[in-house]
Amino acid sequence: MHNVGIITRRELASYFATPLAYVFILIFLVLANAFTFYLGGFYERGQADLAPFFTFQPWLYLFLIPALSMKLWAEERKSGSIELLMTQPVKLWDAVLGKFLAAWAFTALALGLTFPLWITVNYLGSPDNGAILAGYLGSLLLAGGFLAIGSCMSALTRNQVVAFILGVAVCFAFLLAGFPLVLDVFRSWAPQVLVDAIASLSFLTHFESISKGVIDVRDLLYFVMLTGFFLLATAVALDLRKDL
Amino acid sequence: MIKTDHLTKHYGQLKAVDDVSFQVGPGEVLGFLGPNGAGKTTTMRMLAGFVAPTSGSASICGHDVATDALAAKTALGYLPEGAPSYGEMTVRRFLEFIADLRGLEGARRTARLDHVIGNLHLAGVLGQTIDTLSKGFRRRVGLAQAIVHDPPVLILDEPTDGLDPNQKHEVRTLINDMAREKIIVISTHILEEVDAVCTRAIIIARGRIVADDTPAGLAARSRYHNAVSMQLAEASQLETARAAVASLPSVAAVEVSEREARVTALPKPGALIFAPVSELAARTGLKLKELHLEAGRLDEVFRTITA
Ligand SMILES: Nc1ncnc2c1ncn2[C@@H]1O[C@H](COP(=O)(O)OP(=O)(O)OP(=O)(O)O)[C@@H](O)[C@H]1O
Ligand SMILES: [Mg+2]
Repeated sequence: MHNVGIITRRELASYFATPLAYVFILIFLVLANAFTFYLGGFYERGQADLAPFFTFQPWLYLFLIPALSMKLWAEERKSGSIELLMTQPVKLWDAVLGKFLAAWAFTALALGLTFPLWITVNYLGSPDNGAILAGYLGSLLLAGGFLAIGSCMSALTRNQVVAFILGVAVCFAFLLAGFPLVLDVFRSWAPQVLVDAIASLSFLTHFESISKGVIDVRDLLYFVMLTGFFLLATAVALDLRKDL
Repeated sequence: MIKTDHLTKHYGQLKAVDDVSFQVGPGEVLGFLGPNGAGKTTTMRMLAGFVAPTSGSASICGHDVATDALAAKTALGYLPEGAPSYGEMTVRRFLEFIADLRGLEGARRTARLDHVIGNLHLAGVLGQTIDTLSKGFRRRVGLAQAIVHDPPVLILDEPTDGLDPNQKHEVRTLINDMAREKIIVISTHILEEVDAVCTRAIIIARGRIVADDTPAGLAARSRYHNAVSMQLAEASQLETARAAVASLPSVAAVEVSEREARVTALPKPGALIFAPVSELAARTGLKLKELHLEAGRLDEVFRTITA
């Protein structure tokens, strides 16, 4: 556990050692605001809440999170530093978790920097701040799920571009699974159980209820399990082939 | 103690390492030699727990590298080929990071860091990011990282590659100083290094061990072992010298280098020819610049064995 902290700190510092961190945060904030105000019709709706902000969150993450996670392991493989890391007395799981936590903490920072939106709605009206907090929690969990998928895809290759494309593809599949359009296709022929199973795998289904302020243990459990699953898969992928 | 037992690694059809067994004990410095692609790095990677063997096993200080990996890694200091590290970190932060992972704390952490920084002359580059270091400095940072926790076993893949002559000398001295209480395995393409630091050498070719001997033992396999080489002051005497030396009964063959004005007499197996050759030179009135007895040429042995 001690080693997790050491690795997380090293990783976080390395984000800020290059312009990457600042560029990422800048793009995240610009897009988050653009989605909220232009696509989401923040003012036009005339409601004091952050619903437009949270609605577009999954689509924002779809491209930004794989861009962040693509380097997690692919870069270590490419530069050879994975050989250094894997020959230290560190459990594989500690390394996987340490790197994931760093990326997650970094995303939390970016998300936290959207606080002016919160201030704005509170200035314009009197929103349900509990629901907004739940929305942020949901968003953070969603980011964790995306990051775990991205980490796993990054562990499969030494090429960051491939890691990015794989990450977007798998995250997209997990998003789409909850879309009515997709579900309708299955509904026409598959039994309801299967349709429900597919829908229950989707990010959207679980994220939407949390972001509306409804915190259900099942939704929380979903994100925890999904994240855990893909982190385990990361460890397995690394263990199978360290010298890719 | 390092132990490998029928260690084998296949990459598809290729047998990168093929049934390699050896043991290295305390006080030994084992030199790992072999042509490019012979399997040195792959063997070291299996010892370090980075590559899983296809079959066979290896252990470090009694800890199997596959089943007791953490304990094996704790006992090991490892310099990977090419000394990879985190380029965006400064030298100081990088060494501190490794010291933390190695569990060094408090005064001992400070002392060990100071020790490796001093020994590898890194004080001048502590604040520089590793990406901006020259190749030799990067190698030195890799070495510092490998020894920071004072491990009982060291595996160093080409530790002196890219170092200037002064640093090569320093690193060899460092290895010699550590040799007494540690088990050290180094791979190298520099054959003088084998004489300078190794107590034993293993030559591998195409994944298999083809020789396992002391440096002197290897040299003794050379055609030049106990050969006598003389350099003449006047090149005009070359032919006289060659004919005279060739007439000695204990001389098997004579080699002449016109460029160096040198005549080398190779002995018949077991024969000692230094005294006869030097007497002969005096008797024939050869003007010598230099006369010496050869121990044997490692490069020639290496070529013969790995060809
Ligand atoms: N990941 C890999 N996939 C496929 N083949 C590999 C892999 N790693 C090494 N090899 C092959 O295994 C053989 C042994 O390589 P290795 O790196 O152990 O050689 P080496 O003795 O260290 O050579 P050098 O002196 O050039 O460093 C080579 O033919 C190499 O191409
Ligand atoms: Mg090598």
